[in-house]
Amino acid sequence: MKLSTSTMAVIAVLIALAFAPLYLGAYPLTLLGRVLALSIAAVGVMVVWGRAGILSLGQGLFFGLGGYALAMHLKLVATPRGELPDFMLYNGVEALPWFWAPFASAPFALAMVLILPAAAAGLVAWLMFRRRITGVYVSIITQALLLAFVTWLNGSQGLTSGTNGVTDFQTFLGVNLRGPNVANGLYWVTLLFVALALCGTALLLRTPFGAILTAIRDNENRTRFLGFNPAAFKIAAFMLGGLLAGVSGALYTLHLGTISPAMIGTAFSIELVVWVALGGRASLIGAAAGLVLGQLVKDRISSAAPDAWLYVMGSLFVLVVLVMPQGVAGLLQGRRRPAPLPTPPSPLTREVSDAV
Amino acid sequence: MDFTFISGQLFTGLSVGSILLLAALGLALSFGLMRVINMAHGEFLMVGGYLTYLAAQWAGPTLGDAYLWVAFPLAFLGAALLGAVMEFTVIRRLYGRPLDTLLATFGISLILQQAARQLFGSTGVPVTAPAWLGGALQLGDVTLPFVRLFVIALALIVLGGMWWLLNRSRFGMHVRAVNQNREMAAALGVNTRSLDLLVFALGAGVAGAAGVGLALIAPVNPTVGAAYIVNAFLVVVVGGVGSVLGGAVAAVLLGFVTALAEGFTSVSLAQAILLVLVVAFLQWKPRGLIPTKSRALEEA
Repeated sequence: MKLSTSTMAVIAVLIALAFAPLYLGAYPLTLLGRVLALSIAAVGVMVVWGRAGILSLGQGLFFGLGGYALAMHLKLVATPRGELPDFMLYNGVEALPWFWAPFASAPFALAMVLILPAAAAGLVAWLMFRRRITGVYVSIITQALLLAFVTWLNGSQGLTSGTNGVTDFQTFLGVNLRGPNVANGLYWVTLLFVALALCGTALLLRTPFGAILTAIRDNENRTRFLGFNPAAFKIAAFMLGGLLAGVSGALYTLHLGTISPAMIGTAFSIELVVWVALGGRASLIGAAAGLVLGQLVKDRISSAAPDAWLYVMGSLFVLVVLVMPQGVAGLLQGRRRPAPLPTPPSPLTREVSDAV
Repeated sequence: MDFTFISGQLFTGLSVGSILLLAALGLALSFGLMRVINMAHGEFLMVGGYLTYLAAQWAGPTLGDAYLWVAFPLAFLGAALLGAVMEFTVIRRLYGRPLDTLLATFGISLILQQAARQLFGSTGVPVTAPAWLGGALQLGDVTLPFVRLFVIALALIVLGGMWWLLNRSRFGMHVRAVNQNREMAAALGVNTRSLDLLVFALGAGVAGAAGVGLALIAPVNPTVGAAYIVNAFLVVVVGGVGSVLGGAVAAVLLGFVTALAEGFTSVSLAQAILLVLVVAFLQWKPRGLIPTKSRALEEA
């Protein structure tokens, strides 16, 4: 198989990243690892939005489910046998809630990191796409569901530790999380997952499945008339996006050593989408790279001038959409051939342009 | 749960629904007309609230309680002006790309919130309601605060005015024509560009006026708009896009459901219940209570 220049560039970058622990200091490495963990969720956004044309503003829901599934396990492991997690004691909870108990088992928790977000995404997608709810309605509903989840987390102090989030982890699979070489190991595990997510998604999108997703994005009705059931494909794409967000959330929880409702809220979910838009929603590499570089820049600016950051962020939203709807990847590609706009023009304008 | 408690909650629901309705009217109009999703719409509420605060600061000492009559035009015009600027600089470049307007307007809302945070601080600024709004109406065991009655009256007046404007005026005829078929209306001489601008500014102005009502009920803070925007969108979705009547019914329904659920469970659970109910409702009527009739296959 002959590799294209861009594929070789990606492989070179991944190799360079694999050796990062050798040439990066402790803080840059932690930051990079954290951001790489997030980039897996960005790959999910690219599949769901860039390819299937579904703009979900609730990816934080699936990210959070993955993160909390792992956090519950870590918390139970860090709690002495027979006792309750500290925040439950403070809140007067007397017995371990039923949905916490099975998370004491590591295999169960790890399976739930995958199953819970994918199943939740599948259910949400099934409810929406079965009734042909599309476009901005999907965005509104996903955002509303995320909001409901976050509100519930915040309000259930005794069950989920509320706004403080789940924290104070000690060990994971017998490894002391505060040990000396854990940072490097975690970084490499994260990079492995990033590489897996990129390769797996790239291969999947080359199959007929990927082609049909593009067809649905560009004209759902025509795809339906050709005999495909768009709902089934959209549900599958949405589940994949949810799964990737869940894995990302679990890794992110490991990196930060905590997960809280504030980390997964509306702002987080929309920010995710904007980094993908900046990098290029139709490009896998663009999406991942957009998130990584964007987050690194955010770290610099928001630590130097916290007040200015939201202005920068807000202007970025507007500029990306107005000036480069296909993101940086679209600009680079545009030199060779113009990339098609992912959102079709409204039927009314199309009728007119056809007539002209 | 007794009758007094339930009727009290229903009354609260009605007043919450009134604010929601005022917030959703502008959204329903601009979405129906231009297929534009404005995430910064909640910030018009916020701007209206802060302008009320400023009116109370400046005009309060000289005019006393009559500052309220300065606050209304100020909030309406201020928000409408902001809306017009937004439409002119950003929104009109994004027609036909609803998902992109969603992102761009979210960016604008971030900027506006941060600006408010730097100008007024992140804690809420209190507005003293005029003395004549201080009391409450006593109906048997049920207490109806005048402030909330005032907000309900405000919503009714605006709703009536909007109905008249859309169904009885020349402007409204043009709006309805563009709603049905933009190209045909343009061919018949309706200036769709300026109509878009006017409708967007009008929706913003109404939200600004709603901000006055909001300021009377609770302190105004930078995230007050963000708190209302999701529910306002749900009103639009449940009511049926572009339908003023559907929006009104949906706003009251949503207000009732929230208030009742809050009465029987907790606030956080109530929000979750509401959202689940909305998703369930859309299974039954995916196009809302009063869908716009259209023979077009594709709707944005």
